[in-house]
Amino acid sequence: MTVMEQRGAYRPTPPPAWQPRTDPAPLLPDALPHRVLGTDAAAKVDPALLRRLHTELVRGRRYNVQATALTKQGRLAVYPSSTGQEACEVAAALVLEERDWLFPSYRDTLAAVARGLDPVQALTLLRGDWHTGYDPHEHRIAPLCTPLATQLPHAVGLAHAARLKGDDVVALALVGDGGTSEGDFHEALNFAAVWQAPVVFLVQNNGFAISVPLAKQTAAPSLAHKAVGYGMPGRLVDGNDAVAVHQVLSEAVAHARAGGGPTLVEAITYRIDAHTNADDATRYRGDSEVETWRAHDPVALVERELTERGLLDEAALQAVRDDAEKMAADLRERMNQDPVLDPMDLFAHVYARPTTQLLEQESQLRAELDAEADGTPGAGPHGPEGAGR
Amino acid sequence: MTTVALKPATMAQALGRALRDAMAADPTVHVMGEDVGTLGGVFRVTDGLAKEFGDDRCTDTPLAEAGILGAAVGMAMYGLRPVVEMQFDAFAYPAFEQLLSHVAKMRNRTRGAMPLPITIRVPYGGGIGGVEHHSDSSEAYYMATPGLHVVMPATVSDAYGLLREAIASDDPVVFLEPKRLYWSKDSWNPDEPSAVEPIGRAVVRRQGRSATLITYGPSVPVCLEAAEAARAEGWDLEVVDLRSLVPFDDETVAASVRRTGRAVVVHESSGFGGPGGEIAARVTERCFHHLEAPVLRVAGFDIPYPPPMLERHHLPGVDRILDAVGRLQWEAQS
Repeated sequence: MTVMEQRGAYRPTPPPAWQPRTDPAPLLPDALPHRVLGTDAAAKVDPALLRRLHTELVRGRRYNVQATALTKQGRLAVYPSSTGQEACEVAAALVLEERDWLFPSYRDTLAAVARGLDPVQALTLLRGDWHTGYDPHEHRIAPLCTPLATQLPHAVGLAHAARLKGDDVVALALVGDGGTSEGDFHEALNFAAVWQAPVVFLVQNNGFAISVPLAKQTAAPSLAHKAVGYGMPGRLVDGNDAVAVHQVLSEAVAHARAGGGPTLVEAITYRIDAHTNADDATRYRGDSEVETWRAHDPVALVERELTERGLLDEAALQAVRDDAEKMAADLRERMNQDPVLDPMDLFAHVYARPTTQLLEQESQLRAELDAEADGTPGAGPHGPEGAGR
Repeated sequence: MTTVALKPATMAQALGRALRDAMAADPTVHVMGEDVGTLGGVFRVTDGLAKEFGDDRCTDTPLAEAGILGAAVGMAMYGLRPVVEMQFDAFAYPAFEQLLSHVAKMRNRTRGAMPLPITIRVPYGGGIGGVEHHSDSSEAYYMATPGLHVVMPATVSDAYGLLREAIASDDPVVFLEPKRLYWSKDSWNPDEPSAVEPIGRAVVRRQGRSATLITYGPSVPVCLEAAEAARAEGWDLEVVDLRSLVPFDDETVAASVRRTGRAVVVHESSGFGGPGGEIAARVTERCFHHLEAPVLRVAGFDIPYPPPMLERHHLPGVDRILDAVGRLQWEAQS
């Protein structure tokens, strides 16, 4: 007698409340990162798009080199370079409509610049004269976010709010591989999927979170696979292939705009420079690894495609480089001017309605500044007020 | 004031009414949190809102406090006025990074371009027999964070008025609701809620001449009870209800202490590093020559919040308050 026969009429059923959920198969990322350049598909890419990407990539590379140089001249407190990641930065900016929103991390000033933000304003945080150098509403670029992944729920909330208002707006949020370990990454993706918010998450997997390689960050098959757990599609793309990144992000943005909900895109790229100018990458990686990635350079990949298709002659290339030089020279010149600082700004924007305590402290600082200007230290706040009591 | 229209209402009802009226008056006001929709909140404060305004205006969110507050930040960036509910004091801690790094700083970071008019409602404090993690007094953490307002009602009428003010404020407000006062009743006409003063004004709940009890939130009724009991000892105690820790109303507090010459700060939060130290320092700085005795504190002990069967030993009660009043160096009075 089998066990089932012993049980007689009783037949186990699934748990009563259980329902089959989303089929995971369509959400899974492809086995290999999506590529265009160097494949047969490259021939079909619109020359105008190639030229546009190329111009922005050359400018982007020059911007990274210039910003790094500014740290050596003491004009920037710190610069987290996106050298090697320009394809992601540029594509993220180009796929958005004007009404859309970009949510950058501190490494994404280039994306903000490619979206049209003045580089000096983009670098304000890193120069250190204020925390944000621009009005986020003007370019629809959220403030550069330093605490990792904490900007992702903001992107979800904004996209959700736009949808509630009936606005046709998509939010694109940038995060790194290290950031995917943060709780806010998880909560943001979960909220986005539950709310079907029009938001796209672009993970630039550049291999390292400062010094920690991806293998110590996650045991997931890929970062794109994490999407499946939330019920959203995951896409894997060659992050140094600007055309491929542009394609995948464009599709994700269109999907979101059409009401299809969020997408997680993992772009495989590499941080050519150290974490910042204050970091020493030789302590955790070898030169040979960097060299293999230099051979897969995002600027060179587009340049080769343009040249091979006869879309870029020497003169045109020189014009693009001259344009980038001009941008760099202008940035250098303006960053070499000392920013105008007003210490009273420290109190100006803490509250809409400042507390009496802040007003008192503001007066104290004003008195200190006045005394400083008069060159009579001691006459101000250190004076003998009340000494006779 | 007519007494005819007045009927008893609970603080929870007054808070719910404030949310409802704010939502009716301003379509950008959105309520969100865990169980706030269908259930109406674990304390029923949001009861009926989802039904009246729809799920998009009163939203049951996934169970993730950082996600709730982080999403509210994004919604506020887009022009909405979110009111989020953190289900219990100790469950608000996962949202601390969003609160400290973004909610409190965004206006300043963007030079005023991106204000975040978010109200964060937190049922707080002990005395309800809650098990671990349900009775914390977390105000010291919030008041130590520049950029936030920290508001605590102690009466039914203030619950309505201060919450309306908090939602209308362009500054982020941490709104601490004393759990054990949720069911306190007061004669208050919900149909004619009285206008209240702006956030930041303390109020003298009881006038007295002997000493001032400076308190807020759940400790206000305890102090009023202590003041009644003190009459038998010959003390006529004044009770000041701060109503908000940020902004702090130095003026009302100092004026009271100058009149009485003695002060005790009373709160449930632990004494060490708690609000009482800051308040005592502020009073001393302003009233030194009027003080007959050092400012004393009656606070929760410096221990993790006790299990419910022991919490009465931890919470400041009438006896402990009177004991402190007795130590205000009356013998020096000549």
